[in-house]
Amino acid sequence: MSLHVIWDNAEWLLEGFWVTVQLTASAVAIGLIVALILALLTLSTHRFYRWPAEAITFFFRGTPLLVQLFLVYHGSGQFRHELDAIGLWSYFREAYFCAVFVLALNTAAYSSEIFSGAIKAVDKHQIEAGRVAGMTDFILYRRIILPQALRIAWTGYSNEIIFIMQATSLVSIITVLDLTGVAGRIISKTFAIYEVYIAVALLYLVITYTMVFIFSRLEKRLNRHKA
Amino acid sequence: MFGLEGYSSAIFTGLQQTLLVGLLAMLLACIIGVFGALAKTSSNKLLRIVASFYTATIRGIPELILLLLIFYGVPTLVQDIFAGFGVEVIIDLNPFIAGVVTLGFIYGAFSVEVFRGAFGQVPTGQIEAAKAMGMQSWVIFYRILFPQALRYSIPGLSNVWMLLIKATALISVIQLDEVMRMTKIAANATQKPFTAYFFAALLFLGITLVSMMLQKYLENKYTRGYH
Repeated sequence: MSLHVIWDNAEWLLEGFWVTVQLTASAVAIGLIVALILALLTLSTHRFYRWPAEAITFFFRGTPLLVQLFLVYHGSGQFRHELDAIGLWSYFREAYFCAVFVLALNTAAYSSEIFSGAIKAVDKHQIEAGRVAGMTDFILYRRIILPQALRIAWTGYSNEIIFIMQATSLVSIITVLDLTGVAGRIISKTFAIYEVYIAVALLYLVITYTMVFIFSRLEKRLNRHKA
Repeated sequence: MFGLEGYSSAIFTGLQQTLLVGLLAMLLACIIGVFGALAKTSSNKLLRIVASFYTATIRGIPELILLLLIFYGVPTLVQDIFAGFGVEVIIDLNPFIAGVVTLGFIYGAFSVEVFRGAFGQVPTGQIEAAKAMGMQSWVIFYRILFPQALRYSIPGLSNVWMLLIKATALISVIQLDEVMRMTKIAANATQKPFTAYFFAALLFLGITLVSMMLQKYLENKYTRGYH
């Protein structure tokens, strides 16, 4: 056991830790907006809106995240000239951009399923009552549907956030130096394989259970009217 | 096919490996799941603690870290321990076995929760009745508890399977010739990374579709007497 490897590289590991946190936060923030749009499109009665949203959701839920990451990061090279022509190549060349792009869409696909289920679960009579009271669709969503859907969706959505946090470890394979990426670099310098991986595994455990704790507190807060 | 200059057949051979690893890992996950669920609900405190520790840690650590830890970390750890006693051993894990064991071990933790929920759904009155009939606990398990729990666990196990089969893509990082690794070879050789990874994505979508249909079929089959 050479535990000093961990202390010697603590600063580097901390940097990786922040990259993991940032990746998770950006993916969740962008993914949330996309997920809400996808959920509303999926619930639309119009095929023209519903089908594209369902196709995107099916693709991102039906293929491995690793395939999606490679498809965007390595695959974009095949369209280099086309992307260059519209000025997007400088983004798709960056592993970090590809990572956020794919993680956001991936979590959006899974979350939209949770949200559309939650929106459908809101009591129909309340929506009818809202309509009768003369609410516009926007007000109906803002005041009646979304606040209740949030409570229904919360458990599923918080699990999804934890899943996507753990899934960020895959971006190390496309050269992003997140916690897992940094661990790989430290190992290739020091050969302290299990020491570093166990330390990193413990760090992920701490992140996961901190999130579990915070989310369950928030859940209690969301449902305080029921207590 | 698909402009991949014959490499598509290489990817198809990878598909066999992917399915084989996936199915064997799923079998292992189910075995772990049943015993884990029994341990979690047993009257023995030690068994309960061990099972809870297993599910809580595994679910808190990303699959990639666990895979790397088991494939690269465990052999070195064992070698170091033996070296401490002055014995030199060299352990070289086979990527196929390492993949099956790691995935089975990870998704076993998810299956434990599925089976625990399913066992909980079997009415306790039936167990009491069986006890009153003088059945031994083993007989109660395989005649009363297990056949009914199997039915309740189909939706949960299908979810585990969908996650597991997508996670097999990760095994490409430990050099097993499954879909992702063969796709990478095809992408490099043909210089068409997008086409190659999109082909891999379609294969996974195919697996997902077939799995969904199988789930429907099994659910109908096993809930036949309940409509």
